[in-house]
Amino acid sequence: MAKLNMIQAVNLALAEAMTQDETVLVMGQDVAVDGGVFRATEGLLDRFGPERVIDTPLAESGIVGSAVGMALAGLKPVAEMQFSGFSYMMMGQFEAHVTRLRSRTHGQLTLPMVIRMPYGGGVRALEHHSESREVLYAHQPGARVVIPSGPRNARALLLAAIDDPDPVVFMEPKHSYRAFREEVPEERETLPIGKARVVQEGTDLTLVSWGAMMRPALKAAATVEKERGASIEIIDLLTIAPLDHAAIAASVSKTGRCVVVQEAPRSYGPSSEITAVINDKAFWHLEAPVKRITGYDVVTPYFGREKTYLPSAEVVARGIVETLDV
Amino acid sequence: MPRKQAAKFTVPYLQILAPDGKVDAKLDPKLPDDTLLKLYRWMRLARALDERMLKLQRQGRLGTFPPCTGQEAVSIPAAMLMRDGDWFVGAFRELGGRLVRGEPLTATLDYYNGWEEGNILPDKNLRILPTSVVIGCQIEHAAGLAYASRFKGTDEVTVAFIGDGGTSEGGFHEGLNMAGVWKAPLVTIIQNNQWAISIPRGAQTASETLAQKGIAYGMPVIQVDGNDPLAVWVAVAEAMDRARKGDGPTLIEAVTYRLMMHTTADDPTKYRTEDEEKEAWAREPLVRTRAYLESRDLWDEAREKALLDELKDQVDQAVAEFETPKDRAPDEPFRHVYGTPHPVIEEQRREFLANLKGGEGRG
Ligand SMILES: Cc1ncc(C[n+]2csc(CCOP(=O)(O)OP(=O)(O)O)c2C)c(N)n1
Ligand SMILES: [Mg+2]
Repeated sequence: MAKLNMIQAVNLALAEAMTQDETVLVMGQDVAVDGGVFRATEGLLDRFGPERVIDTPLAESGIVGSAVGMALAGLKPVAEMQFSGFSYMMMGQFEAHVTRLRSRTHGQLTLPMVIRMPYGGGVRALEHHSESREVLYAHQPGARVVIPSGPRNARALLLAAIDDPDPVVFMEPKHSYRAFREEVPEERETLPIGKARVVQEGTDLTLVSWGAMMRPALKAAATVEKERGASIEIIDLLTIAPLDHAAIAASVSKTGRCVVVQEAPRSYGPSSEITAVINDKAFWHLEAPVKRITGYDVVTPYFGREKTYLPSAEVVARGIVETLDV
Repeated sequence: MPRKQAAKFTVPYLQILAPDGKVDAKLDPKLPDDTLLKLYRWMRLARALDERMLKLQRQGRLGTFPPCTGQEAVSIPAAMLMRDGDWFVGAFRELGGRLVRGEPLTATLDYYNGWEEGNILPDKNLRILPTSVVIGCQIEHAAGLAYASRFKGTDEVTVAFIGDGGTSEGGFHEGLNMAGVWKAPLVTIIQNNQWAISIPRGAQTASETLAQKGIAYGMPVIQVDGNDPLAVWVAVAEAMDRARKGDGPTLIEAVTYRLMMHTTADDPTKYRTEDEEKEAWAREPLVRTRAYLESRDLWDEAREKALLDELKDQVDQAVAEFETPKDRAPDEPFRHVYGTPHPVIEEQRREFLANLKGGEGRG
């Protein structure tokens, strides 16, 4: 067991996958010689060579479009978007081809490819480096959208994503890249894509979150448990699309109360979908309205104002208390 | 039938002022003294601000920013040639050009310290577009601006910038192609500083020059020594003349060098050698410009010292103003989502303010 941060865990998973399967290759801007601007691909060039660790020209659409071709031809590209904020340059490829080739050919052509991208705020970065727009990818049927929350699940989910026969958008909460370390087992470990994880069982309220927001969520839950003696069940979604309806419905049917914590703007985000699923599948168990603690429907502020715009543990805690008190 | 030549192209190259300060007398545009003195002053100011910003960043008083040191001879002459009504469309390494066009030093500082307020100009008629962090898009905007200038029957010109890396983006190609088809009054300047973060120019494209990409879109092209302000001056002046006369766009490749790190978050020792950097310093633009001024008896050590003192004061003053606490509304972003208020946004604004008042804020 080694204590790794999330960047090291991502790096480990890439190296493991490349060692195990020589059709796996890594491509993107600055991923080879530089080792990635966050160092996620550090050392891979030396170990696997320039044919499998490709420094590409500056062209997101070119990266994803050519990854489609590679995947069609039997390779397993893991393409990096340097920041999610620049990934929209490839949205045409994504919507028109990445998500559709399987359906279009009734399964004759498939795309075993992964698109990695750091997302989210809290690192005092320039414009376009702080958004949380997972829903843009989640809304397009045909690709899975996975968001790890810590080093151990990042490693396990990235391995699963590379194994997956379908395209996976793997969004990495950059705020968590170096925020903390976790024991990551030596032996290969994967987690099933599409399954949420119950981080902690409880009976009074279900707290749902994912990605970087898991940390304020966990902190808030601990505070309220201590102050109120409440028993909170915590769900880490891990996969945003397709969503694990069963896990959400089972938990809320048990607790009757739910708070969802989301970094993205409120409208049309995953929290809206989660609320709708609860309405469909657990409505008669509800004892309080589902509460959403989210970003606001504004253009992500530059970092001078960023801090007050990100959901904090204090605000989550207040939301939990309000929901418990209904 | 024998094979024939379908078309033939050449890419001209222009250098007037060599690194050692020697000027090609035949090519020298013989700019007036006061123009040259202004040019040198702007270059020195941009350098002084860039150096100060690096210090501020290292002291935690400024956010991440992309230093422009070494590239002063590209955007400054181009901006000096622009007139009122022309559009300045930058990427993010045109500090000098922005200052010339009227962006206050404090705006640059605010911008790189995480404030949208840094995008607000003293006068919107300055026609300086905000920094384009997303690479490539700005060339398409520039094509549209240029189209509009012609549409309105003006002789305004749009001057747009992009990096060597940026020439790989679709936006660069789509924008140039549009401008070519429309014969739009657009001057596009590639700041080929040899690097796109860690990707060297040679790994960015297999093209022999970047200038030749413009040939594909049917426009005149030229490659210039981008550390030579006179060559840049002449190339941009010619391109602008053509554009103002209705003769369409031009692509200029200015060959320069990114002397500093990509941004303050970058570590160039990962991908390039100190020898390469040292060699590049020998070709930087300020030394040769000063030598040229001296050769024309316009400059000496005393004047240099006086200028540096004066610019230091100017930068000091800007930094002091920038660091004076401002009363900036935390809910400002809610005010600019749409041109008119919307009840959902207003409701969220009240929630945001209540959360702030909750004491601990949301941080
Ligand atoms: C569309 C897009 N993709 C990726 C990035 C991340 N990025 C910022 S600067 C840069 C390299 C730019 O190189 P170049 O165009 O040569 O400009 P320079 O930085 O050298 O001035 C990259 C990849 C971005 N800003 N925009
Ligand atoms: Mg460059």
